[in-house]
Amino acid sequence: MPRNNKLKKILVIGSGPIVIGQAAEFDYAGTQACQALKEEGYEVVLINSNPATIMTDTNMADKVYIEPITLDFVTQIIRQERPDGLLPTLGGQTGLNMAVELARAGVLERENVQLLGTQLTAIEKAEDRDLFRDLMRELEQPVPESVIVTTVEEAVVFANEIGYPIIVRPAYTLGGTGGGICADEVELRETVASGIRYSPISQCLIEKSIAGMKEVEYEVMRDANDNCIVVCNMENFDPVGVHTGDSIVVAPSQTLSDREYQMLRSASLKIIRALNIEGGCNVQFALDPFSFQYYVIEVNPRVSRSSALASKATGYPIAKMAAKIAIGYTLDEIVNPVTGQTYACFEPTLDYIVSKIPRWPFDKFISANRKLGTQMKATGEVMAIGRTFEESIHKAVRSLEIGTHRIHLKDAGELTEDVLKVRLQKPDDERMFLVAEAFRRGYKLQEIQDLTNIDWWFLDKLEGIVAFEAQLRGATILTKEQLYQAKRKGFSDRSIAEIRREGGHSTHTNEYDIRAYRLEHGLKPVYKMVDTCAAEFEATTPYYYSTYEVENEVTETDKQKVLVLGSGPIRIGQGIEFDYSTVHAVWAIQKAGYEAVIINNNPETVSTDFSTSDRLYFEPLFFEDVMNVIEQEKPIGVIVQFGGQTAINLAAPLTKAGVRILGSSLESIDAAEDRKKFEALLRELNVPQPQGSTVTSVDAAVAVAQGLGYPVLVRPSYVLGGRAMEIVYSDEELLTYMVQAVKINPEHPVLIDRYMLGKEAEVDAICDGDTVLIPGIMEHVERAGVHSGDSIAVYPPQSISQELQQKMVDITIKIARGLNVIGLVNIQFVIFQDEVYVIEVNPRSSRTVPFLSKVTNIPMANLATQAILGTKLTDLGYTEGLWPEDEYVSVKVPVFSFAKLRRVDPTLTPEMKSTGEVMGRDQHYAKALYKGLVGAGMRIPPTGSIIATVADKDKPEAIEILRGFYELGYNIIATGGTATALEEAGLRVKTVNKLSEGSPNILDLIRDGQAHFVVNTLTKGKAPERDGFRIRREAVENGVVCMTSLDTVRALLNMLETINFSSRPMPVLAKK
Amino acid sequence: MQARLLLEDGTLFTGLGFGAEGQSSGEVVFNTGITGYQEVLSDPSYCGQIVSMTYPLIGNYGITRDDFETVAPFIHGFVVRRHEPIPSNWRAQYSIDGLLKEHGIIGISEIDTRMLTRILRHHGTMKGILTTGNERVEELQERLSVTPLMRDQVARTSTKSIFTSPGERERIVLVDYGAKSGILRELTKRGCDVVVVPHDTTAEQIRRLNPDGIQLSNGPGDPKDVPHAVKMIQELLGEYPIFGICLGHQLFALACGADTAKLKFGHRGGNHPVKDLATNRCYITSQNHGYTVLEETVAGTKLEVTHINNNDRTIEGLKHAEFPAFSVQYHPEAAPGPLDNSYLFDQFLDMIRETKRNNPQKPRQAQLAASLRGELQYAQK
Repeated sequence: MPRNNKLKKILVIGSGPIVIGQAAEFDYAGTQACQALKEEGYEVVLINSNPATIMTDTNMADKVYIEPITLDFVTQIIRQERPDGLLPTLGGQTGLNMAVELARAGVLERENVQLLGTQLTAIEKAEDRDLFRDLMRELEQPVPESVIVTTVEEAVVFANEIGYPIIVRPAYTLGGTGGGICADEVELRETVASGIRYSPISQCLIEKSIAGMKEVEYEVMRDANDNCIVVCNMENFDPVGVHTGDSIVVAPSQTLSDREYQMLRSASLKIIRALNIEGGCNVQFALDPFSFQYYVIEVNPRVSRSSALASKATGYPIAKMAAKIAIGYTLDEIVNPVTGQTYACFEPTLDYIVSKIPRWPFDKFISANRKLGTQMKATGEVMAIGRTFEESIHKAVRSLEIGTHRIHLKDAGELTEDVLKVRLQKPDDERMFLVAEAFRRGYKLQEIQDLTNIDWWFLDKLEGIVAFEAQLRGATILTKEQLYQAKRKGFSDRSIAEIRREGGHSTHTNEYDIRAYRLEHGLKPVYKMVDTCAAEFEATTPYYYSTYEVENEVTETDKQKVLVLGSGPIRIGQGIEFDYSTVHAVWAIQKAGYEAVIINNNPETVSTDFSTSDRLYFEPLFFEDVMNVIEQEKPIGVIVQFGGQTAINLAAPLTKAGVRILGSSLESIDAAEDRKKFEALLRELNVPQPQGSTVTSVDAAVAVAQGLGYPVLVRPSYVLGGRAMEIVYSDEELLTYMVQAVKINPEHPVLIDRYMLGKEAEVDAICDGDTVLIPGIMEHVERAGVHSGDSIAVYPPQSISQELQQKMVDITIKIARGLNVIGLVNIQFVIFQDEVYVIEVNPRSSRTVPFLSKVTNIPMANLATQAILGTKLTDLGYTEGLWPEDEYVSVKVPVFSFAKLRRVDPTLTPEMKSTGEVMGRDQHYAKALYKGLVGAGMRIPPTGSIIATVADKDKPEAIEILRGFYELGYNIIATGGTATALEEAGLRVKTVNKLSEGSPNILDLIRDGQAHFVVNTLTKGKAPERDGFRIRREAVENGVVCMTSLDTVRALLNMLETINFSSRPMPVLAKK
Repeated sequence: MQARLLLEDGTLFTGLGFGAEGQSSGEVVFNTGITGYQEVLSDPSYCGQIVSMTYPLIGNYGITRDDFETVAPFIHGFVVRRHEPIPSNWRAQYSIDGLLKEHGIIGISEIDTRMLTRILRHHGTMKGILTTGNERVEELQERLSVTPLMRDQVARTSTKSIFTSPGERERIVLVDYGAKSGILRELTKRGCDVVVVPHDTTAEQIRRLNPDGIQLSNGPGDPKDVPHAVKMIQELLGEYPIFGICLGHQLFALACGADTAKLKFGHRGGNHPVKDLATNRCYITSQNHGYTVLEETVAGTKLEVTHINNNDRTIEGLKHAEFPAFSVQYHPEAAPGPLDNSYLFDQFLDMIRETKRNNPQKPRQAQLAASLRGELQYAQK
């Protein structure tokens, strides 16, 4: 069927901010979709609130709206734009829910907008638990015994009938938010109560637990002519019970015979046909390991995280094909872009094995519950490709950047037997490593299987790896054959060296020796192509992975090449923003006439779309793997400044190996990151900085802190996203911190700075060696002490004087020159008592580059790349200094995923906690802020109640702000001390019990939905049992806005005062 | 134990042996299926061939008695990147190594199978010799050049005698050219009364079995190596409904006057798209063939092309313009591969029923009597 010519203009809805369960994969999907639609000549209108995306670049759609994805805003855009069609299935759950909402509100019908691809009925049948079960019954597809409930009591009755454990799945939620496995009635009551709250339709599925079965997924596509194909199937390393987003996954399935494979394949096709889906769909199964019995767990009638993984795992671009299907094409007429000579109607076949390992935020959230269940907790993932499982999984492990490069955890040896057994039984993020530990301790495979329920096949592979390590460890001399075998199993040079050291050997004990030995024997990897067809057809995709075999498939070209290092998995502090810059760098390199080569390992991203660069190497961002690619490609140099700390960290070893770093040199990087050098530089440039010192011992730390005077800011020297950064107020706190921080990062000293309670601001600048261009200054709403990534940022600044702004500009120019920056630099300032201090300088692309690029209309990563390649900014029409301000105000609002991470304190601190961001843009600051807050998910009722519990030190300030709310007509609810203070200030307050004062208390109030905002500032001590913590968590878990910084509250108030009409009595005439 | 694979073009792969020891040669082909190695191993259509699997990990789920496509494999060698000695699946009864040993088949692992695939794709299928011995390469080369490719695979793989698989519905004569069990399984599943006959069964012998329809099976090699089958089909065409699969499809085409030729490297795997020209629907099919019916030779015959391969546009399905007879190049019985095409067996049975409705036979008694009387009259003359 040819394209639908009745359509002219199509609206695409994006997925909004990055949260746990919905990450960069939808930027990849949305970008592909927009490109596909534009390719076909449609006018594309895009709405997405997330500025850190490629899809919101103005060249991706004819019109880009960075506005909140809410019914009001989307309706407004539909009215304005009058699109003919709406493509809802590429924007994740957010896009899908929005489409459902628009349809239900009658907007689509009224405005005559056709839903493209999957229809509303299909969405409802797949998403509504009841309708879904009816459909499965009709199709004779087994589903676990279950019941739909809307109250806790119904759930308890059902559970008593079929017994525990019981799984709770709230309807229409993301990444299983609010769900879980319950072992008893207490857990069940708690989980169901929260599940009902999280479900937008207040519904939960209560289900018999099928935990322990094999979990298998199929990615399926269908077109309007009923052609159906399976793109890929995947098998989870972890059995059913762990959310698939939190599971280690391999593709294709490994332990399914053809019969089982085809049985589930047929079931998937039956389901996608019955749902009448036109596009992509994902079906999850539980398969009994001892029979042909299976259950359908879930169906996603849209492009998902798994489809991004499947696309990267096979080379088959699911989102692009889904977009083409939505506009009428059928699979048999769309050319397979990988081969260019076959069609999209076939099933990709793999000749390698793909491993995906999730990346969890537990390194940042030390107090978070690491146990894995039905609620997803990972922020990102890595993927690796190998020709054996061992090779693939080893590559994935060293892509994770979690401080280990093999299936070995340093501290695992210290676990007691009991703890080890429990942790094998109850899965957490380290389970695979603990399985290896158990084998090292001599556990029998059967024993481990009994504890974990992990399939024998995977355990056998891990046992084999441990056994091979033992062999390596035992061998006095490392033979060439042994080394070759180790490489075939995916061991890195560093791992081999480490194992040799463990064996107490004297030769080949560091990675450089191994490397030399390896090269001496010609043991180099070859590169194979990912081609969708196992080499059956000739392919031209420049998508490669390494392996130790015979034939190398990389074809030489005579063009000059530039290598760009990506940023690896998405984690807190290093998100999609870096992928954005990486992609722009690639484009700029190509435009400058070079071939752009990229290395990255994140399957979710646009940068790992093989059509982005000239060559994609899906490899770990690990010295050895990067060097191998460099030796293969011989680029003129490597750009490290767009790949976040991941790439920056590689600058030193690469430089040492003689590789040319393009842009700011290792020296510049080092001068900014090495505290001593940095201090010296600022002194030399005469730039003020907070007083501080570097210490390497606990005693020194105490002395320095006392010298500076508390509070002080402490952090390890090499930081990422404010990791382990804290404000401490006393010797005691400092001592506690030192124990933790030193343990977290033993190789680096700790920095102690005077903490200045002032306004923060930051700039991103581009320097070509001569000219320093500053696109803009961003002012932070929250004062120093809240991580810049967690602050609301405003461009242009609203309350910083011209004079101070000029100071920042001058300092930026001085530093950029002084550091010899070539490319991007990010500088953070604190304004304290009318003086500008520099707190941090990062000579690399920062988190704010996409935001600032968009709001200033200066393509920063592009310009930086051109500068790196030798073009002068003046030749491009740019001049030194601050670029003229935009007349619009833009606000960047952070978005958090606290609801998914139990036990994590939502208080804003110097540690970054947000997972994503949205942007609000308008002519007026208040309106821009409103859009930002609403886009970030804040519900802002024009009237309602605020619960306030504030620390004593904050009371005077808090009273003034709360008075503002009071005058706008909001009710103020407060606990004892705060209430008294407010009443003394003349406000009428409803007093509520503290936790210790019995029920009903403040928590009950929140739980009952009586509060619309919670204002809570931190009291001393951070133990979770503190009341404040419980109040904040209760708010988060009930979806109530919780503000922990008075600056945020003030900004909200000012916004409300501006956008709401207020009524005032007429002034009384003065009597004469 | 070292094993080597030498190709006709001189490429030598050195890896590890598994399965049996010794030396063996044959045509080297590759299969792109990810699952289904047991079905591939035991598919008689691979008779005399050395089969390389493109998926690197083979043996993961073992071997089970239930998934054989024939009693004993006929392949001449098995090539994998990695042979998994310890399977994991509830149905696994033994390992692939055990199976190969039992049947004297040499396996080679730890070689760059993707390189092998690319060579075959580029140069076309070629002969190869597999050895676990220490022969000099020249010796192997010599052996390879004097060993001709097999031409009698059908005779080797076909049943030697007639046997029945009783059922209560239509009687189908399944002519076994090296049939996969899957075809019999699909027919018996539908209640058919199946009589399996050897490849050289004549038209007359088949008539005596009084079939309702004739199923021509898949099988190995070049259809032109089985001229007697072509003759049989020509004689029975129009008399009984016929359904041909794979080699059976090629034989049907030859019988109707079309011609066949060898493909460069064939189609072997479970992901091949086939378009039904009547509905424009595309089906994912399981395939295993090295020959194809030539499109240009169909013109002028009574054949109509019903299906084509959506990638290389080769013929995948034919039907006769006048008689109830059709055929497909692919495997509706799957095993291994997608189950999407089993509806073709239903189509065959529908065709049989329809044929019967259109040609109502006289009641059996009357027919019998008439024929017996006729014979009497003849005798009286």
